[in-house]
Amino acid sequence: MVPHRREGLLLAIAVGVVGLTFGVLADAAGLELAQIVVMSTLVFTGASQFAAVSVVDGGGSGGAAVGSAMLLAARNALYGPVVARLLPSSRVPRMVGTHLTIDETAAMASVQHDDVRAADAFWWTGLWLWSLWNAGSIAGALIGAVIGDPETWGLDAAFPAAFVALLAPHVRSSPGRVAALVGAALAVVTVPIAPAGVPLLVAAIAVVPAFVWSRRGAGA
Amino acid sequence: MSWWAIVVLAAGAFGCKWFGVAVLGRLGRPGAMAGGRLDWFPPMVALIPPALFAALIAVQTFDTDGALGIDARAAGVAAGAFAVWRRAPFLLVVVLAMTVTAVIRWQT
Repeated sequence: MVPHRREGLLLAIAVGVVGLTFGVLADAAGLELAQIVVMSTLVFTGASQFAAVSVVDGGGSGGAAVGSAMLLAARNALYGPVVARLLPSSRVPRMVGTHLTIDETAAMASVQHDDVRAADAFWWTGLWLWSLWNAGSIAGALIGAVIGDPETWGLDAAFPAAFVALLAPHVRSSPGRVAALVGAALAVVTVPIAPAGVPLLVAAIAVVPAFVWSRRGAGA
Repeated sequence: MSWWAIVVLAAGAFGCKWFGVAVLGRLGRPGAMAGGRLDWFPPMVALIPPALFAALIAVQTFDTDGALGIDARAAGVAAGAFAVWRRAPFLLVVVLAMTVTAVIRWQT
């Protein structure tokens, strides 16, 4: 298997395990199996789904659940321009690709050397992720907490570590380093003062100083 | 959770992605506007991945229910980052980060 497909599968396996915990939590929060399936297939934004279900589990209203979830889903809009040119122009495949535009697929696509490989990485990561996320959600809802708490074996460190690997090619250029440093700093200072999801949106402002940095001395 | 909430969430989540691909994505095409008035947009788009992935790493490493904290995760991610720096394969990076985190949790 070519490396980027293998890496996409590895990410998807980890996501599938997180899907199990989502299924367990959603079931405990009183969602029907059909609702869990519809959520994982059609919302397909892990952090948003966890947020929505946690609000409901804590006795919050449906509106509050949707509100918190949307704050986490909003950042996917920022990946749109990153992946747009990789998606097919015909309507239905483009819509499917749009649906698969999340952190992991944008990341896997963004580290490839050319657009052909980037599109391949995007689709394989997306389809594997979607399949295993759904399989995990359903299994979690049906079987329950057979695997215990995945944090016991450090699954929560797997994602940031994977993203360090996916960030690495971007920080070889100095504008990339500026974007990363400012983005991380903005996110960290925003975490204690804003609801979940907002730190990622605030971090996007980092592209402005990074862009200005890239133009220094260019006379523009 | 009511069905309408799930439908609204599904529509909203897709709406965000659609806005990104269809609206922002169009602005990012070279020559999207006559006279090069949007020429600054594509280079800025290229800087979105480093800004967001670094933020994602920071949040997933230090966010503990809305507060900042350093726990076993941070050690695991640091080990993973060291492995990335040493050009270790992707699988090793992930497994090392998980193992360090799990061992520290198990020891404490």
